[in-house]
Amino acid sequence: MLYLKGLVVELGGKTVIKGVDLQVNRGELALLMGPNGSGKSTLLHAIVGDKRCRVVSGSLVFNGAELTSLTMEERVRLGLGLGFQFPPRLKGVRLRSLALRILEKKGLSKDEAERVLEEYSRLLRLEGLLDKDFNVGFSGGEAKRAELMLTLLQNPLLLLLDEPDSGVDVENLALMGSAISRYLSSNGRAAILITHTGYIARHVKASEAHVMIDGRIVCSGDPEEMVSNIMEHGFEACVNCRRAKR
Amino acid sequence: MNLEEARRLLKPKAEKALAKSAPYGLDLSLSSFNLGTGFGTGVEGSEKILESVGIDLNERNRSGSYYQVDNKAVYSSTRQKGLTVKPLSQALKNPENLDYYWKALPVDTDKYTAAAFLGEKEGYFIKVDDGVNVDTPVQACLLLRTPGLIQAPHNIVVVGENSRLHVITGCAAMREEAGLHIGVSEFYVKKGGTLTFTMIHSWGKAIHVRPRTVAHVGENSVFISHYINTSQVSSLQTHPVAYLDGEGSRAYLSSIIIGRGASKIDVGGTLELDAPACSGEILSRTIGFDESTVIARARVTGKAPGVRGHVECRGLLLSNKSRIDAIPELEARVQDVQLTHEAAIGRIAEEELLYLVARGFTEEEARSIIVRGFLQVELSGLPENLAKYLEGILDSLAASL
Repeated sequence: MLYLKGLVVELGGKTVIKGVDLQVNRGELALLMGPNGSGKSTLLHAIVGDKRCRVVSGSLVFNGAELTSLTMEERVRLGLGLGFQFPPRLKGVRLRSLALRILEKKGLSKDEAERVLEEYSRLLRLEGLLDKDFNVGFSGGEAKRAELMLTLLQNPLLLLLDEPDSGVDVENLALMGSAISRYLSSNGRAAILITHTGYIARHVKASEAHVMIDGRIVCSGDPEEMVSNIMEHGFEACVNCRRAKR
Repeated sequence: MNLEEARRLLKPKAEKALAKSAPYGLDLSLSSFNLGTGFGTGVEGSEKILESVGIDLNERNRSGSYYQVDNKAVYSSTRQKGLTVKPLSQALKNPENLDYYWKALPVDTDKYTAAAFLGEKEGYFIKVDDGVNVDTPVQACLLLRTPGLIQAPHNIVVVGENSRLHVITGCAAMREEAGLHIGVSEFYVKKGGTLTFTMIHSWGKAIHVRPRTVAHVGENSVFISHYINTSQVSSLQTHPVAYLDGEGSRAYLSSIIIGRGASKIDVGGTLELDAPACSGEILSRTIGFDESTVIARARVTGKAPGVRGHVECRGLLLSNKSRIDAIPELEARVQDVQLTHEAAIGRIAEEELLYLVARGFTEEEARSIIVRGFLQVELSGLPENLAKYLEGILDSLAASL
């Protein structure tokens, strides 16, 4: 599915990703954890082709295609879908019309699109927000659910979710977790999920967890064990552990 | 008094004002145009352009119609009791209707009103009797066909007490040649009445446009105006004024202005909040393309206690050669008023574009989604099919930009 080798990425003239190797296979969900500023978001943006994130060296292969020379438009068409940590507010653009346009763009008829939207908005408890402007006046949790819904409606092969769980209450975490799990149960899909808090890890079945510190993946392993260690000891423990390994 | 006497009294004033420039907009020399009737005889062949400005020649979902070509009335109809739709010349045969004749708008406002008065031939007269709700819109179409002509319809709309009326006016030019449109409109909304007035303009790049509009809004009554100009013009200047003279009355003026080509546009609006507990809002959305110049003005004056007014001017500049000015003005004359404004001009945010491309849209589609969002204005108060029609106009407008 996705294969990164020695990836180095610059953002605003600064090297943020300093050589990342990562592999995610079909059916897998990789958790990406790490302290603020460690480069997790930049990594996802670089994968999807945000032009502000310049790949300096290394390779980025998705389903056999080298992505580095492709535009974001082309990468999205290949099946990458990024759920933003901070999606913008779109004044005058209703959540419903945006969602329907995404579905129609995927080739669904108007009726089909409306049916799918109804299903997803019920699943993520967004019915009440459909006729509001996208992200205008949404609470933190509402914004996260709306963003997850739009990303899922895009029907990507590889979901890239940037902190979908920050600021979301327990009940809604379970909703989001089950929506993600359901999505991944379809054949040929995979996800990379950034979580700062690890909360969502209780509601999804991750295959592997990675800790990123200062632009490098410093530790990979069993998600349950790593999440509980980090929740108990914080990333400080990872920093120390990394030192110990050296 | 009859029409002749009324005109005789007004004539010297108008003649004196023939050289009086308007405070805003490109100053035109009227001698380059003629004030004849024009050779246009009908609306045939213009179905498509009329449809684009909201006119349905089959009159589906319309409770009345008025069509004017150049300065000649070519058709009018009414389908509801208590509703009058007829050419002004016919309506003025009834002396009672002179109560509304050049009463809201002084003939000597500027050279355009003066010329419109002196050359006055026709216009529409729409009146709803007291206690009548006309829930299906009345449509009025003003088509300019003859090159070099001044088209100067004089329109009067009267909404009786506790009545309701929706008017949609579509104005269009059939030719590329120069012309001048001076639409004079006087609106009277009586106690407890509601008037929504929607106007869509599609002119040509050699046409000058100078609508002159004044509304009087009575006690507990509502005046809602939506104006959309989609086409290139040579110049356009308008500044409707609504006097809220009845306690508790409300007004809402919105305009959507697209500046294209070398258009010189100056569009504004004034709300005079003259009676206690009145409220009003002026909204504008302007987009600057090419070398267009667009000035958006809005002025709210609070003269009575308990009034509330708000102005919102937003501009989107899509060309480095274009220019947008936003000029909101607030004036308070008594203590107990609440007047606010916000104005913002910007370009399309990179962050929003990037987001929508990540959502699977092409950059062009992303732009059109953002522009459509920018053009979204509150359409409440309109009948559902009219609101939907306007949404559709804005959809296709955003998709075409």
